[in-house]
Amino acid sequence: MSWIEEISNPHARQWEEFYRNRWQHDRVVRSTHGVNCTGSCSWMIYVKDGIVTWELQAIDYPTLQPGIPPYEPRGCQRGISFSWYQYSPIRVKYPYMRGALLDLWRKAKEQHKDPVEAWTAVIENEAARKSFHQARGKGGFRRVKWDEALELIAASTIYTVKKYGPDRIIGFSPIPAMSMLSYAGGSRFMQLLGGVSMSFYDWYSDLPPASPETWGEQTDVAESADWYNAKFIASVGSNMSMTRTPDVHFAAEARHNGTKLVVFAPDFNQVAKYADWWVPVHAGQDGAFWMAVNHVIMNEFHYQNPTPYFLDYLRRYTDSPFLVELNEADGKYVPGRMIRAAQVERTRDVENGEWKFLVWDEISDAPRMPQGSLGFRWQKQKGQWNLEPKDGLDGSEIRPQLTFLGSAEQLSVSFAEFGENKSFQRNVPVRYIETVNGKIPVTTIYDLLMAQYGVGRGLEGDYPASYDDETLSYTPAWQERYTGIDRQTVIQFAREWATTAVKTEGKCMVIIGAGVNHWYHNNLIYRACIGTLLLTGCVGRNGGGLNHYVGQEKLAPMAPWASIAFALDWQKPPRQMNTPSFHYVNTDQWRYERTYTEPQPVSRPESERHCNMTQEHTLDAQIRAVRMGWLPSYPQFNVSSLEIVRRAEQAGAKSDAEIKQWIVNQLKSGELKFAVQDPDAPENWPRLWFIWRGNALNASAKGQEYFFKHYLGTHHQVIAEEVDKSHFHEVVYRDEAPEGKLDLVVDINFRMDTSALYSDIVLPAASWYEKDDLNTTDMHSFIHPLQMAVPPSWESKSDWDIFKILAGKVSELAQTYLPEPVRDLVAMPLQHDTSAEMAQAHIRDWAKGECEPIPGVTMPNFVVVERDYVNLGRRFISYGPKVPKEGFAVHGIHMEVGDLYQELVESRPTVSWNGKRYPSLEFARDAANVILHLAPETNGEVAYRAFKAEEERMGLKLIDLAEPTRASRLTFTEILRQPRRLLNSPIWTGIMTDGRPYAAYTLNVERFVPWRTLTGRQHFYLDHEGYLAYGEYLPTYKPRPDALAFGDLEKSRSEGKTIRLNYLTPHAKWHIHSNYFDNDRMLTLSRGIEPMWISEQDAKEIGIVDNDWVELYNDHGTTVTRAIVSARIPPGICIVYHAPERTVSTPKSPMRGNKRAGGHNSPTRIHLKPSLMVGGYGQFTYGFNYWGPTGVNRDTFVLIRKLPGKPEF
Amino acid sequence: MKIRSQTSMVFHLDKCIGCHTCSIACKNIWTDRQGAEYMWWNNVETKPGTGFPTQWEDQEKYKGGWELKNGKVELKLQNRLQTFANLFSNPAMPTMDDYYEPWTYKYGDLFNSPLGDDQPTARPISRIDGKPIDIEAGPNWDDDLGGSNIYAVNDPLLDTMSAEEKQRLFSIEQLFYFYMPRICNHCLNAGCVAACPSGAIYKRAEDGIVLINQDKCRGWRMCVSACPYKKTFYNWSTGKSEKCILCYPRLESGQAPACFHSCVGRIRYLGALLYDADQIEDAVKVPDDQLVQRQREMILDPHDPKVVAAAKENGIPDGVITAAQHSPVYRYVKEWELALPLHPEYRTLPMLFYVPPLLPVLNAVQQNGTQRVETDLFSSLENARVPVRYMSRTLAAGNDELVLKAYRKMIAVRLYKRAQTVGDVTVEEANAALAKAGMDAEEAEAIYHLTSLPSYQERFMIPPASREGDIEEIYDPQQRKAEAGFGRSQGARRGL
Repeated sequence: MSWIEEISNPHARQWEEFYRNRWQHDRVVRSTHGVNCTGSCSWMIYVKDGIVTWELQAIDYPTLQPGIPPYEPRGCQRGISFSWYQYSPIRVKYPYMRGALLDLWRKAKEQHKDPVEAWTAVIENEAARKSFHQARGKGGFRRVKWDEALELIAASTIYTVKKYGPDRIIGFSPIPAMSMLSYAGGSRFMQLLGGVSMSFYDWYSDLPPASPETWGEQTDVAESADWYNAKFIASVGSNMSMTRTPDVHFAAEARHNGTKLVVFAPDFNQVAKYADWWVPVHAGQDGAFWMAVNHVIMNEFHYQNPTPYFLDYLRRYTDSPFLVELNEADGKYVPGRMIRAAQVERTRDVENGEWKFLVWDEISDAPRMPQGSLGFRWQKQKGQWNLEPKDGLDGSEIRPQLTFLGSAEQLSVSFAEFGENKSFQRNVPVRYIETVNGKIPVTTIYDLLMAQYGVGRGLEGDYPASYDDETLSYTPAWQERYTGIDRQTVIQFAREWATTAVKTEGKCMVIIGAGVNHWYHNNLIYRACIGTLLLTGCVGRNGGGLNHYVGQEKLAPMAPWASIAFALDWQKPPRQMNTPSFHYVNTDQWRYERTYTEPQPVSRPESERHCNMTQEHTLDAQIRAVRMGWLPSYPQFNVSSLEIVRRAEQAGAKSDAEIKQWIVNQLKSGELKFAVQDPDAPENWPRLWFIWRGNALNASAKGQEYFFKHYLGTHHQVIAEEVDKSHFHEVVYRDEAPEGKLDLVVDINFRMDTSALYSDIVLPAASWYEKDDLNTTDMHSFIHPLQMAVPPSWESKSDWDIFKILAGKVSELAQTYLPEPVRDLVAMPLQHDTSAEMAQAHIRDWAKGECEPIPGVTMPNFVVVERDYVNLGRRFISYGPKVPKEGFAVHGIHMEVGDLYQELVESRPTVSWNGKRYPSLEFARDAANVILHLAPETNGEVAYRAFKAEEERMGLKLIDLAEPTRASRLTFTEILRQPRRLLNSPIWTGIMTDGRPYAAYTLNVERFVPWRTLTGRQHFYLDHEGYLAYGEYLPTYKPRPDALAFGDLEKSRSEGKTIRLNYLTPHAKWHIHSNYFDNDRMLTLSRGIEPMWISEQDAKEIGIVDNDWVELYNDHGTTVTRAIVSARIPPGICIVYHAPERTVSTPKSPMRGNKRAGGHNSPTRIHLKPSLMVGGYGQFTYGFNYWGPTGVNRDTFVLIRKLPGKPEF
Repeated sequence: MKIRSQTSMVFHLDKCIGCHTCSIACKNIWTDRQGAEYMWWNNVETKPGTGFPTQWEDQEKYKGGWELKNGKVELKLQNRLQTFANLFSNPAMPTMDDYYEPWTYKYGDLFNSPLGDDQPTARPISRIDGKPIDIEAGPNWDDDLGGSNIYAVNDPLLDTMSAEEKQRLFSIEQLFYFYMPRICNHCLNAGCVAACPSGAIYKRAEDGIVLINQDKCRGWRMCVSACPYKKTFYNWSTGKSEKCILCYPRLESGQAPACFHSCVGRIRYLGALLYDADQIEDAVKVPDDQLVQRQREMILDPHDPKVVAAAKENGIPDGVITAAQHSPVYRYVKEWELALPLHPEYRTLPMLFYVPPLLPVLNAVQQNGTQRVETDLFSSLENARVPVRYMSRTLAAGNDELVLKAYRKMIAVRLYKRAQTVGDVTVEEANAALAKAGMDAEEAEAIYHLTSLPSYQERFMIPPASREGDIEEIYDPQQRKAEAGFGRSQGARRGL
C-alpha cells in the first residue's frame, strides 16, 4: 500500500526528540502513599528540575513461592494520580488561621505578653469564644507565620492541661500502618502530654467484632497472594476490583487456575462481573444465607456422611467439643455457661479453675480439662498453654467427644429464632455430670450447633423435616424470605463448598468487607460465615480463612513502634480511647436516640439474669461499661486528672496505693464521678482537638451535623428532636445541650479538605513524596519506606517534625506554668492479653453493691504517672529508658531488647541531656531505624527471642521458625533499595518460611499455638452473661432493624415526588475515603462529583433521569448531588460512595434553608451495639482498636427528591 | 516477502478491572498540557456503552477506516483526491461535544473566601473559558454501566443486531458489561497515515509505531477523522495533532510503555510480531468474516528458519528476531488464537489484540420471587449466554466461530486446572473439554502459565532498540555521549 509511509531514515525523524525530552528526568525515588488504604504499594517517584512530575509503580518485589503469581505492579488509579496534589491549588502551602480567631488572638497578645494569659483572655470570654466558633467552616482564612500559629497552640495546650487536665486534649489520626511515624509523631506528643489517642478501626466500623469474639484477635487475614491458593472464593460484601485494586489480579489469575469465584452482593458490582456466580442477596441479609449453608453442611457432611477431616478439625481447633451447662428457666432448658474445672471435684483446686474448661474425653469416658485454655495462659506453671490433646491435670492423652448423640438422655432445649421472634424446642443429647454443687445436665457445643442449625439427627422436637421447610430455622427454604435467593442455590453452594474443602483440606476462602461489616448486626453475619469455614476446616490453611479487608492495615513491626507511638519508652500506660463511644457521648448523639430494644431483639426467658441490661439506653450501658472497666473513658472524671492526685495527697494519701484507694472511696461515695456520667457539664468537655493524616470532621464523622452542632458550635442541618429524658437513668441529663464544646481544633494537612476547612488552625503538612516514613499492610508481607523525593514544599513540614517542634514550644511555656514534674492519674480499662482477662467471671456491678470496687478487677485500674512538661520536647526526640529496662510485651509475649538498645546507642545517632545518652528520634528516619532494629519482623534476633518466649509459655518447639533468619537485619537504607519481606514472628499467626504466602492462623493450626480466647480454641459459643442475655451465644440470625427503628425520618416529610431508600456508602472507585476525591484526575474520570446511584425503577418513581440533581435528606442532614440511574442497582437502595468532600462542587440545600448541603455523613447518626461493650472476660476484654462497639452506619434511611430548580453554589 | 517487525500488543479483557491506572499513567506523562487536557491516548470504556469520544464506533457519522468498494479498498472519509479537495471542510470531525469540555474547580475559593454566612465550596469551571460549567459529559461518563438505559442502548454495535439478539442482550443488560482499554492500534494499514495531506504521519520502520511528526503536522486533522478508533487528537494549543506514541522513549530504553507498566490487573502483553508487508494489500480485501484469519496468516512464524533467513535479509536485527521468538503476543494471537483485533472490518489491520472477556457470570433465574443461579461449577458456554454476537461484532467482524473458539479454550483451561488441583472435575471431563476446544494439555498449561503466572519480563518481551545505529547516521555516538542533553529545550507551542 503505497500510502502507508514507513520511515527509517533517522534524519527524517530527528523531531522524535520532542517526546524523548519529556521522558528525561533527574531522579527516581522510592516512596509510597500514606493514605488510609491497605494498598501499601511501592512507587517510584520521578523528579525533574526539582519538581515531582509523575510516578510509576516499582516492579522489584521479591517473588514468593514458585507457582504464585508475582506481586508487581502494585498501585491503582488513585495512587498514580497523587502527583497532581503536589503542586495543585488545593495544596496547603502555609499555616492558616481563621481570621475571627486571629484578630482575637492578636488583640489579646497586645494586652497580654504571656501567650497563656492571652489564650485565657480569648477563651474565657464567652462572646469571643462564640464568635470564632460560629465562624468555623465559613471562610475567612488568613496566612500566618509558623511561630504565631505554634505559640497559640502551645498556649492552648498548657491552658487546657492546667485548667481541665491533659485528658481533655484529644488527638485523632487514622490507621498508623500506612505512615506509621507520621501517626507516631502526633500520638507520641499526645501521650507525653497525657492526652488521649483516639481509636480508628472500630470507629470506621472496620473492626469486625466477630474476630475478637471468635479468635481473640483484632483481625488477622491472608496476604492477597494467598487468594491464589484458594480453590473456592466467596466474596461477601466486598468489591475487590474497586477497593483492593492492586490485589484483585490474584483472584482473576486463580480463576484461570480452576478456582471458583462466587460473589454475594445486592448490586451487580464490579467483581460480580467476572464471577462464576453472582448471588444477588438482599442488602444486609447475607447472614441468613450462611446460616442455611451451615444447615446443609452439618446435615450432609457431618451427620449423613461424617467427614473425618471436618470432625477432626473441629475437635482440635474449635470449642465445639466443650461442655455447656443446660439451665432450667421457666420450665424450659436453655444453654448456659461452659463447664469450668472448678465445678468438678477432680479439678476443683487447680489454679485459675474458673478459666479452664472441660470436655468429655472418649478415652477415659469422663470429663477432662484440655490444655490451652485461658487459665493455662496466665497460671504460674509455664508450658501447658498449647493445643495438644492432653489433659491439663495429669498430661494424659485425651480425645474430646464432639457429640453425645446416642446417649440415653435428652433434654428439650429452647432455641430462639429472631427472624419471626419465635422460639423452638429441640431435643439435645445430654450427659449428667457430677459437680461440686450436684448433678447437672451438660451437652457439647457441637450438639448445640446441630440443634441451633436445625439438623434433627432423629431427635425429637421442632426440627425441620426437610430443606423445604420454610418455617423452622435454618433451612435453605427458611432463608428465602430474607435473602431472596432460591433454596437450591444454597444447597448447591454448600455442597460445592464442602466438597472443595474436603478435597483440598481447607482451601475455601471468604473475602469479606464493609458491605457486611457496616451493618448493625455485622458480628452475627460474620459469625454465620465463620461457622461455615470452621465446620469445613478452612481456617489456618493456605487458601482458606475469613479474609476481612476493611481498613485493617496491619502494622507489622508493632512492638517497637508502639513504644515510640505511645511513648511507652517514657511512661505507661497510655490513654487510648475507643472513639465510637467517645463521639457518641461527646457529640451528644445519645440525646437523640431512644432506648435500643427495637433494633436489638432478645429472646430469653424473663428470669435469666442480666436481662435488664438488654432493656436500657445505650448511654446508660456505656456508663456501666466504663464503671466496670470494660471500656475506657476520657475525659476520665469530673475533676482534672492532675488535680485529683493533688487532692488525694492533700487528703493524706502517700503511696500510689493510697492514692488509688482514695479515688476508689471517692467514686464509691459519689464525691467523684466519671465524666461520662455527665458529659454535658463544661468541666467534662473535650477541649482541644488535633487532627492529622485524617479527615475526622468529614470522611469519618458519622453524625457529621451533630459534630458541627455540639463540637464546633457552627452551622448545622440537624432537625432531629432530642428524645424524652425518661429514656435515661444513669446519666445526668442537662436540659440544654451545649454547642461548641471544643475550644480549639487544629488540623495538619497537605490539602484543604473538609476537616481543614472547619478547623481553627491549619498547618501545612509535607506530602507523601516529601517525608521519610514506614509503611506495611496485611495485603502483602513486605515493608516499604516513604521517602523524601523533594524537600517539603513551600512552608510544609512532616507530621513528625511538626509535633516535635510543638513539643519544644510546650516545654518552653511549661517553664513558667508547669516547671516541676507533676503526677497524673490514668484510669484504664481491663486489658486484653493480660491476666485481667480473668477479672470478671460474672457480671457484678460494684455501684449496685453486687461486689467490692477493686481497681483492675471489678472496675478500671488506676495508675499514677509522672509528667515532665519541661522536658517534653527532649523526651520526644530521645528513645527512653523503659525499653532497655522492661523490653516489649505484645499479645502477651515478652521480648528483652536491652543489648539491642545499647547497639543503637553505640551505632546510631544519639541525643544527650541531663547526663544521659539516648538513641535519637530527632528525625523520622532515625525513628524508622530504631523500629527496624528492634522489631521481630525485621530483626531475626528479636524474632528468635520472641519465639523462645512463646516456646516457654507453650511448652512446644517453635524456634525452628526463627533459626534460619536469625542473622537477618533490615535497615531503612536497605528497604529503600528493594521491598523486603517480613520475618516469621509469633506476634502474628502466619508461617511465611521460604516464600510461603501469609495466611492467618497457620501457626495455630500447624504448631498448636492457642488462640487468645477463653478455651484457646476458635469459638462458636460465647458464654459471657451479656451474650447469654442478648441471645447471641450461638451463631444466629437477627433481622435488620426496620427503616424507622433508628428514627432517621421522624420529622422529615415528603415534598413532591419523594422516595424512601436505604442509604449505603460503600468504598469508592475514584477515591480512597476522601483522599483523591478532590483530585481533578479522578473527578474527570468519574462524573465530576460523587453521584448517587439509584435503580431505574426507583428513579422513575420520582421522575429523575441520569445526571439530574437530587436532594437526599433525613432528620440528621442532607446531601445534594447528581443521580446515576443504573440497572446495576436493585430497587430499595441508593449508593453514595464513601467519602466525598463538601469542599468540592457541593450546592446549597433548599430543604435546609438554602445552606450548603452536607457530605455523605450528613444524613448519618451513630448507633452503638451495646452487647459489644462487655469486658473483663477472656477475649471480651478491652484492647485499643480491638474491642468495643463499632461505628455502624448501613441501617440509615433517607428521602430523595429531584432538586427543585437549578443548583446554587 | 517483505518482512517487518511490529511491536504488538495483547490485552486480556478477562483480567481487566476497569481501574484506569493505565489512563492516568499516560496522562501524567504525555497529555497533561494545555491543549491536550481532553486527550486520553489511553482510555478505558465500559462496554456495551458509547465510549470516548461518544459513539466512536459509528462510522456512518465519523467516516473512519476503510471501505471495500468494487474490490478496491478506500478510505471511508474520502479518497486521496478528495482529501485535497476537502482540506478546509471536514464534516466527519468530532466536536467538543463528542469528546467533553475539560473542567477543573475553583479550589482557590477554599483559601480565599472571606468570612461569610455559609461554607465555601470549589465549584466546577471550564478549562477552556474558565467559566462555571454544568458537567454533562466526561471521558468515562458511562463507567460501570452508568445509566445503561441511556448510554449502553446507544452503543452503535447494537444497531446491526436482530430483534431477537437485542432482546437477549437487554434481558441480561443489567448483568453484562466489561471493560475495554484502548490505545492506538499502530495499524499496518493505518487510516491516519493515509489521510494526512502533509505526509506527517508515518510508521517507524523498525517497530511499526505510528507517529505524527510534530514538525510536519499542519493541523489539517484528516487523521482525526480517518482513524476509526478516534485515537488521534488535535492539540488546540500547538495546532498539531497528537496520538499515542507507544512510549517509544521508554521502549527504546527497554521499558514497557507506561500504560503497560502500570497495568495493575496485569492484563497487558507486548512483543514483536514478524509479518509479511507484501500481503497487506490482499489482506484488507477479503470479506469481513475472513479478515482475522487473513491477518493471522500475514503474521509469520519466527521459529521458521525460512522466515528467520528472510527477516535477516530484510535487515531485521538478530535481537529483534529473538524477541519475536519469545513474544507473548505471538502465542496469544497466532499459536493459540485467543486474541482478536478490534473491529477488523475497519480494515486498518490493527496490531493490538484482545482476549475476549470470559464473562462467566450467569443471570439469576427468577423463580417464585427468589433468584437461583445456574448449576454448573463453571459456566458452560451454552449457559453463560455470553453475548457472543456482541463480542464477534467487536473483535471478529461478526465471525462468531472465532470468539467461540477462544471461549472454548479458556473454559477448557479452567476445567483442566480444576481437575488437576481439586479433582471434583474428573480428568475425563477435563480431557473432553480440551478436545472440544481443539487443544492438548501442554497448550492448556502454557495458556495457564501466561495468563496467571507471568512475570513482568514474560509479559513484556521488548525488542531491543539499537539506537547507536540510528544516532550514528547523524552524530558520532562518542560525540553524542559527550554532548547529549546540552542546550535548552523549549516548550511546545503553536507554530513550532
